[in-house]
Amino acid sequence: MEYVDILTSASFWAAAIRIATPLIFGVLGALICERAGVLNLGIEGIFVVGAMTGWMAVWLGADLWTGVAVAAGCGAVFGLLHGILTVPLGLSQHVSGLGITLFATAVSYFTYRTALPNVSSPPRIEAFQPLDVPGLSDLPFIGPALFQQTPMTFLALALVLVVGFVLYRTPLGLAIRAVGDNPAAVEAQGLSVYGLRIGAVMVGSALMALGGAFLTMSAFDAFFFGMINGRGWICIALVVFASWRPGKALLGAVLFGAFDAFQIRLQNEVGGAIPSQIFLMIPYVLSIVALVIVARKADYPRALLQPYFRGQR
Amino acid sequence: MAQEDHEREMSQNLLLALDSITKRFGDLIANKDVSLDLHAGEIVALLGENGAGKTTLMNILFGHYVAEEGAVRVRGWNGDMHVLEPGAPHAALDAGIGMVHQHFTLAENLSGLENIVLGTESLWAMRFSRSKARAKLESLMEASGLEVDLDVRVSRLAVGERQRVEILKALYRDARILVLDEPTAVLTPQESESLFATLKKLSSQGLGIIFISHKMAEVLGHSDRVAVLRSGEIVADLATSICDRQMLADLMVGHSVEAVQRTPGNPGKPLLVLDKVSAGEGREALDHVSLTLRRGEIIGLAGVSGNGQSTLQQLISGLIPATSGTLKLEGKPLPAKASAAIRQGVARIPEDRHHDGIVGSMSVASNLVIEEIRRPAYQRFGLLRYGAIKRRAEAAIKAYDIRCPGAKARARLLSGGNIQKIVLARTLDQHPALVLAAQPSRGLDVGATAEVHRRLLEARDRGAGVLLISEDLDELFQLSDRIAVIHRGHLSEPIRTEELDKSSVGLMMAGHELKKEEAA
Repeated sequence: MEYVDILTSASFWAAAIRIATPLIFGVLGALICERAGVLNLGIEGIFVVGAMTGWMAVWLGADLWTGVAVAAGCGAVFGLLHGILTVPLGLSQHVSGLGITLFATAVSYFTYRTALPNVSSPPRIEAFQPLDVPGLSDLPFIGPALFQQTPMTFLALALVLVVGFVLYRTPLGLAIRAVGDNPAAVEAQGLSVYGLRIGAVMVGSALMALGGAFLTMSAFDAFFFGMINGRGWICIALVVFASWRPGKALLGAVLFGAFDAFQIRLQNEVGGAIPSQIFLMIPYVLSIVALVIVARKADYPRALLQPYFRGQR
Repeated sequence: MAQEDHEREMSQNLLLALDSITKRFGDLIANKDVSLDLHAGEIVALLGENGAGKTTLMNILFGHYVAEEGAVRVRGWNGDMHVLEPGAPHAALDAGIGMVHQHFTLAENLSGLENIVLGTESLWAMRFSRSKARAKLESLMEASGLEVDLDVRVSRLAVGERQRVEILKALYRDARILVLDEPTAVLTPQESESLFATLKKLSSQGLGIIFISHKMAEVLGHSDRVAVLRSGEIVADLATSICDRQMLADLMVGHSVEAVQRTPGNPGKPLLVLDKVSAGEGREALDHVSLTLRRGEIIGLAGVSGNGQSTLQQLISGLIPATSGTLKLEGKPLPAKASAAIRQGVARIPEDRHHDGIVGSMSVASNLVIEEIRRPAYQRFGLLRYGAIKRRAEAAIKAYDIRCPGAKARARLLSGGNIQKIVLARTLDQHPALVLAAQPSRGLDVGATAEVHRRLLEARDRGAGVLLISEDLDELFQLSDRIAVIHRGHLSEPIRTEELDKSSVGLMMAGHELKKEEAA
């Protein structure tokens, strides 16, 4: 059976995880923001910022990890902007987030065009190469699927553990979960609501930018317009699918990656008979279906979208 | 000599001093030159009407607000009195002040334990020690008698348990001063008693306790000293032992409050006739209810909430249809349509006045005319006549003494008492045939309650029939000509108030059958 062959091939799962990597970064970032009570619809634009700045830093001569750091830093700056607008100023999180997406995308394109006014084909950089883990990479099936990924994929997987640990095992995580549920509780315990929320949005945005950076520095080796292509929005949906839990977020991202990898292979199998757009649609349709099933019972952070003003009841 | 010793001891026991606190919000003076002391081992009640500035004062103490003038001094851990940094909740916490807000400040997605340790350890610590926290909390629970399951998510805890978590939160931080804002507002009478027993115990262990209240009984029963706040000023600071109910009520309101006296009614022809009406479903369903309400009388409907009262309200308001039986107002069937009910003269004073009584984002004026907006007086060719609406609003604001910044102010910014006055003005000024009043004085202060009662009696004397649904037996006995009891959707035969006593009504509310001879 061809379909079973696809699903059991190591290269299929390697592709699924590769496709999932930027989503893992993005969904973790969105999760941190929302756990603190702030919806960050700037995600799509922050992906673009991460993709552009990370790539450009390397193109200008920095090494790859410095590029990653630059991307994260630039993401955090846009996070700071979103945080200031929505937390102390209490603007609508939807409006501010969409504004950040438009602004961040435009600034990135503008910078790219200004730096490279006369290029027709995007310049390439020396991107991350798959990491060969001695021993593990040679394991049958698991080796090629898991251990022939680039270092950024391992970083994403490690971050799932880190975010889970911080949220559920440390005082900081406790405070973040509390501030997304009832900011008054945090204030009454002498902690700063604004500090926690802005900090969470900045860290979350930095992770989102890493998702973008993965695209230009691992998956591809160049930056081009429109390359984010809605990945940020998928992350916003995946957070709901994951019920704001890091482990489930990983599952959701890999599931989406698997759908996407599957449709690519399906196109090769039966591509002649059915228009390719139908296949492109599959992961999105399945995400919506999964979301409808899961989201009905979703346990939202209670203070999500609600600005907090001190002393107001 | 003895006197001096006493004074010195008292001053060493002094835990907290508020010195001449003044706080303004724009033109409004919320607190004016307020001074208050608290000593170790003492329970002080802060008594005042809604809006007297009690909560504002405590929010200044806790650093949520900054006072324009005055200072808060607390005894430091080294034994000296020092000035508390204003506007800093963490400073108040560090000084040993614990506050239990009226609206609990708990994160519901966390357990009790997590809520309690929140903020007590450095945010940059790699992990927190649950076992150490648990050990400390268990000894605290033992010492205070505050038992609560620490590992259950707060969302699953009952209100009383949440309050215990709040108190433990303060004790966990070694609070020496405990402030509780309207702590019994959400508790059952039994829970309130056990709360005050706990407070007594804590004060005997050396804590200073302030509780805010507008209920005279608990102030008299459970405090050592009472400070009365009126319009932002302390008007009395007395030992509770020398106070009585009337005196405190007068101090609170500023003039003597006379409880409204009901004169014998003069019942006329039958107005509202329910004949074997069934409606609704589930626990609140009405089961073959019959009732005859006459013009010029008030029938009080007693019952524990959730026994069919809300179905009855919705039925008479025209929001739901009867499944069987007939419902007539002055001989005409009352259809299941709210606008028809209003046209036929049903005035509705809903139980949840904030939610069902007003449209919060609309102006006071709009709320006052909303039921009559189709009348030619307020619209012409489908366009609103703002002049007429404004005149109507200004007249009502004056007649009902609605305290608001103006007719254009948004209704939700008003206090509960003033919102109720809007509802009263809107409904009663239409000279309704039937007044359906559900919990009309719940949550209102003494003055506003008296006003509501006066207006209801006035409506009755004008010839309206009033159906008064209340859980407050005092209110029912004070106003009703006859009282009926609702229990599990069954309605008892109304009995003249003079022939009843509170304990027998209490028994009927709990489901006991009562014979007429027994009641007499």
